[in-house]
Amino acid sequence: MTTAAVATATRAMRRPARSRSLKAWYRNGTLVAGLVIVGLLVLVAVLAPLLTPYDPIKQDLQNSLLSPSADHWLGTDKYGRDVLTRLLYGARVDLRVGFLAVLIPFVIGSVLGALAGYFGGWFDTIVMRVVDVFFAFPFYVLVIVLVFVFGNGEKSIYLAIAAVSWVAYAKIMRGELLVAKKQDYVVAARLGGMSHGRILVKHIAPNVLSQALIYAMSDIVMDIMAIVTLGYLGLGIAPPTPEWGSMILDGQEFITTQWLQATIPGLAVVVTSLGLSLLGDGLSDLLSPERRK
Amino acid sequence: MPGATAQTAARRASHVPVQPGVPLLSVQDLTIGIRGSAGRSVAIVEGVSFDVAPGQRMGIVGESGSGKSLTLRAIAGLLPKPVEVLSGRVEYGGADLLTMPAKKRRTLMGPEIAMIFQEPMTALNPVVRVGDQIAEGPRRHLGMSAKEAGELAVSMMARTGIPDPRRRARAYPHELSGGLRQRIMIAMAVSCGPRLLLCDEPTTALDVTVQLQVLRLLERLCSDTGTSLVFVTHDLAVINQTCSELAVMYAGHIVESGRVAEVFRQPRHPYTRGLLESAPDFDRPDRELIPIPGFPPNVADRPAGCPFAPRCGYVRDHCTEAMPPLAEVAPGRLSACYESDRLTEVLA
Repeated sequence: MTTAAVATATRAMRRPARSRSLKAWYRNGTLVAGLVIVGLLVLVAVLAPLLTPYDPIKQDLQNSLLSPSADHWLGTDKYGRDVLTRLLYGARVDLRVGFLAVLIPFVIGSVLGALAGYFGGWFDTIVMRVVDVFFAFPFYVLVIVLVFVFGNGEKSIYLAIAAVSWVAYAKIMRGELLVAKKQDYVVAARLGGMSHGRILVKHIAPNVLSQALIYAMSDIVMDIMAIVTLGYLGLGIAPPTPEWGSMILDGQEFITTQWLQATIPGLAVVVTSLGLSLLGDGLSDLLSPERRK
Repeated sequence: MPGATAQTAARRASHVPVQPGVPLLSVQDLTIGIRGSAGRSVAIVEGVSFDVAPGQRMGIVGESGSGKSLTLRAIAGLLPKPVEVLSGRVEYGGADLLTMPAKKRRTLMGPEIAMIFQEPMTALNPVVRVGDQIAEGPRRHLGMSAKEAGELAVSMMARTGIPDPRRRARAYPHELSGGLRQRIMIAMAVSCGPRLLLCDEPTTALDVTVQLQVLRLLERLCSDTGTSLVFVTHDLAVINQTCSELAVMYAGHIVESGRVAEVFRQPRHPYTRGLLESAPDFDRPDRELIPIPGFPPNVADRPAGCPFAPRCGYVRDHCTEAMPPLAEVAPGRLSACYESDRLTEVLA
């Protein structure tokens, strides 16, 4: 063995196991595929103004319903707007709303569920009964009703999704906490005179948050589906803002002549969901406690 | 590491003054069980009393279900629901731990009383570096900065015999062997310089060779710093290596207590004698092992008199009528047996 090889081997042995397990992340095909797809989508969304010379909203009625050409790769819609441009700008809206919509329920649900599971008692009872009430309704029914109540627009979509999907996080975190709080290391921390808050944040959270994170990945898919569905039903982001759901709705009229107009945004939804699902699966492989050892 | 100890002692606000001659820990008539409606409570541990003087090392031995672990957990305030203390007192430096407000109690846990668990595997947080876990107590209780506490953690690890402590402090628990993990647990427990250390079978999960090292370490740490020890185990040999005093528990009662050497030499309760005779002795390999016949009674229907009577070779009629009281049979020796006068044979 050469000196360099020995040095490398020694360094590898010295390296703590955590970085060893993180080092293998790129060997996880699912995770990498998901990262590539989602990364490309985010990149395209961010760079949309640079990738296309057209305005996504400005109408050009003389050039409406054109077939794909060198100028308009995917053709134009009934108001003469470039479909590719609207698709790219639509990614901005749909991805942003999807990611942001996950944050609020993630935080609210995780905190409530964690407190319920950790402290138990009447607080647990109340939180879980409320969770049961929300769980009893089908997801879409509740979202649609809430969007009706709150009115059209991005803000009401956030509100509706937050109100509906926090319950899943609450359930997940409560279950995790019921197990975690009985662990010896939590008992030991209690015995070491640590406060409840410190134990929850420093000792339990790092051990249980990964489960909620993994769920959040699949929840983004659900949320994007919900936004697109609401858009398709005319309840989502108000026109003329480009959005995949309303694009499908608009393209539907011309399905026999310009079928690309409804199909392309639909495919975009499929690819996005696929990427996020792969990312979620890959993350769960990486973060699951049974794989960490 | 005398510097670290002095620093720790100076930092510690004295919560409980301990006068000479007064026991550090005094358990008085402790009864633990499950409270039922209309006085139909089931007692699992009944009327247990013992004192631990400063610097004394008390071993509690008994088989599974004898109530030794519950007694320890009651002292630590860790009884699993629905088990609770039904009556009695647990005094630390004269203050009753059981009636103390939770907040005050919490200030004692760590700097005054610490506990070492049976499973070093699960008692360490899997996602926190061990050095940080050791440093957490001193930061919280002794007001140390992160850097000071980190240094203290490394010196504590060195003191518990962990090689290359500075590097190991950055390791996660799963990267360490069972013996090292138990040393980390011990370093964690003694990091704030407690005066009372509670141990719940701390070596059961370890290999026998590692067991001996850990026991020696515990003994040395306690005698160096004058820390009192309450050590629960089912293994008589372990008691012999670590403790100065011994209490034997059977079916929820202390049946015999005294200095370890004396109890081993001349047991004054038939159960203790049975335990000693059924355990192998390396010094006398050809001695015959005599098992204790039968099984311990079920918690729910313990016999009216002495719980050991059905298995006892010395049993007389009065044994089954009432529980014999724990009485002094020799200076410093207590035995709960009517027939203790017949047990004067010297073993070994």
